[in-house]
Amino acid sequence: MRLNGRFGRFGGSYVPEILVPALEQLEAAFLNAEDDPTFAAELNDLLANYAGRPTPLTRCRNLPGNIWLKREDLLHGGAHKTNQVLGQGLLARRMGKTRLIAETGAGQHGVATAIVGSLLGFETLIYMGAEDVERQKLNVFRMQLMGAEVVPVEGGGRTLKDAINEALRDWSASFETTHYLLGTAAGPHPFPTMVREFQRVIGREARAQMVERFGRLPDAVVACVGGGSNAIGLFADFLDDPVRLIGVEAAGKGLDGEAHGATLLRGTRGMLHGAETYVLQDDEGQIADTWSVSAGLDYPAVGPEHAHLKDSGRAEYVGCTDADALAAFKALAESEGIICAFESAHALAYALKIADNEPESAILVGLSGRGDKDVSQAQALLA
Amino acid sequence: MSRYPAMFERLNGAGAFGAFLMLGDPDLESSARLLDAVVEGGADMIEVGIPFSDPVADGPVIQAAAQRALAAGVRVGDCFDLIAGFRERYPNVPVGILTYANIVVARAGFMRDAAEAGADSLLIADVPALEAAPFVRDMEQAAIEPVLIAAANTPEPTLQRIADLSSAYTYCVSRAGITGTHAGGEFDAALIDRLAAAGAPPCIFGFGISAPEHVRAALAAGAKGVICGSAIVDCAQRGGDVAQFVRSLKAATGNESATQ
Repeated sequence: MRLNGRFGRFGGSYVPEILVPALEQLEAAFLNAEDDPTFAAELNDLLANYAGRPTPLTRCRNLPGNIWLKREDLLHGGAHKTNQVLGQGLLARRMGKTRLIAETGAGQHGVATAIVGSLLGFETLIYMGAEDVERQKLNVFRMQLMGAEVVPVEGGGRTLKDAINEALRDWSASFETTHYLLGTAAGPHPFPTMVREFQRVIGREARAQMVERFGRLPDAVVACVGGGSNAIGLFADFLDDPVRLIGVEAAGKGLDGEAHGATLLRGTRGMLHGAETYVLQDDEGQIADTWSVSAGLDYPAVGPEHAHLKDSGRAEYVGCTDADALAAFKALAESEGIICAFESAHALAYALKIADNEPESAILVGLSGRGDKDVSQAQALLA
Repeated sequence: MSRYPAMFERLNGAGAFGAFLMLGDPDLESSARLLDAVVEGGADMIEVGIPFSDPVADGPVIQAAAQRALAAGVRVGDCFDLIAGFRERYPNVPVGILTYANIVVARAGFMRDAAEAGADSLLIADVPALEAAPFVRDMEQAAIEPVLIAAANTPEPTLQRIADLSSAYTYCVSRAGITGTHAGGEFDAALIDRLAAAGAPPCIFGFGISAPEHVRAALAAGAKGVICGSAIVDCAQRGGDVAQFVRSLKAATGNESATQ
C-alpha cells in the first residue's frame, strides 16, 4: 500500500491475505486516477450532466432558526450515494473489471450500484439480507429493472452486515474480474479514503454556496452517520474551519437500551469488515444486533475516520431517536414541502434542537436523500 | 522442541493431516468428543475455530458451525477449557487456533489464555501480513506460534514477510475463495517453492481438501501436510462417523502411524 490507511489509530486493512492484492490494485488505480485529468473530466461530466450536480442549497423559509439544507435528495438516484458509485464505477472500468458486486441494506446503495452498472455496462450483482429483500420489495424491483441481479443473503441475521460479509466472500474468489463497490466510507483501506474523496464534492459545493449566499461559513454542520459517507463528504472541506461538525447517530428506541445503531456513542474499539473502528459488540467481540427506523443507519460499525474525529474531538457525535427523527421528517414536509429520507431526518432533528437554543446560529444540514423509499413506512408510523 | 517440529519429525517425511473443528459446535460435550474422534481417526494435528458472529473468510459449512456454537451460548472461555481438556488427554498433538481479529482484541490476555490452555499456534483469518506485526509480537511474548496464510496471488515481498513472521507452519491456499472452496485437486507447487525460497516454515494446504485424491495432490505438490475443515464439520453435522472419515483421508498421506 502507498498510503498508510490509518486515521489516528483507526482504519487499516483487516482482510484475508487473499484480498490484499485486490485492495492494493484498487489503491493504485485510485491514486493514478487522481493524477489523471481525463478521469476527473469524465467524472465531473457525469456528476453534472447525468446526476445533476451541483445540488441546490436551500434556506428553510418556515422552520425555526437559520437552517440551510444541502439537497443531495435532488441528486439522480435520490441520495448522495450516486456521487461515489460513479467514481468507483469509472475506477472499475479503468482496472478492466467486468463485474460489480455490492451490498445493500434498504436498497439505496444497491439501486445506486445498479444505476452505474447499467450506465457503464457492468454485470451487476447485489447482496441483500433476506430479511431486507422481504421488507424492500420495491427497491429490489428497481435494481432488477436496471439489470442487476439481487441475491438474498440467508446467513447470520439476514441484514446489512451479513450482506457485506457475503460480498467480501464473493470478492475473495472473484477479484480478478470483479470490483466490490462498497457503499460507504467504511471497510478496509482504501475504501474510507476513496469514498470520502468521491463524496467531498458535497461539502465543497455547500461551503462555497454558504459563502456566496450567506456571506460567511455556517456555525455548525450537521449530518447523519450510519457508515458515515455523507457526513464525511460534507465535513471534509470544513475540517480546517472554525465550524462545529456534528454527526448524528441513530439512537433508535433510546440509547439506554440495545435497540439503536449508535456505534460511536455506545460502541467499543474493534475490527469489523476490514477496519479498526468503533463497533457495537458484546464483551467477547461478537457483533451486536442493531436497530433504527432508518435502514441506512442500522449498522454495527462506522467509518474509521469518524472514530478518529470523535477521539480527536474535532467532531461531535450525538444521537437522535426514531421518534425525534419522525417528528423532524413530518415537520420538514409540513413546513418546507420536502419529504426527506429517515436518515436525513436524524440530522434535521438535531439541527432543530440547536435552533431552539441558538436561533441565530447558521446551521448547514446534509439532506442526504429523499424520502420516497420511506413513505409507506411513515404512513404506518404516523397514522 | 515445540509440538509442530516434533510432529514433523515423528512423521518422518509423511504428510501431516490436520483436522479442523469449530469449538462448541454443536455444544461443548459433543465438541470434546469430536476432538477425540479426529485424533482417533489419525489426525496428526488439530485446528480449532473459536466462533465469531461475522466470519468473512468462511464458507457456508463453517459459518453454520460458528452459528450453532454461538446459539448454544459458547463463550471464549469455554473454548479455552475445551483446549485444556484436549491437552490433558493428548499431550503431544499440536493444537492451532483459527479465529478473527475482533475476538482476539476483545479479550485482554487472549494469547496468554490460549497458551495456558495448551494451544500451540494462532491464525487470525482477517489479519494479513500487512497488519500482523503487533499481533505476532503479542503471540511471541505468550509463546504462541504465529501462523499466516499465503495464497497463490500473494506477491513476493509479502511471501517474504509471511516467512519472517510465521513459525509453526505456513497455511497455504491454492485457489481464491473461502473455506470449503473446491480446489478441484489443483495445488500450486510454485507457491511451495516460492515459500521455501523465502525460508518459510513447512507448507500445509487448506481450503477445499475433502477427498483422498486432494490429500495426495497437495502432498505431491510439495506440501508437508493438509488441513481438512468443511468436509469434517459437514460429516459431523450429518451424524457421520468422523473418525472413519478422517481415517480415509489420513490413509492418503502415505503414513498411517499414529502420533500419540
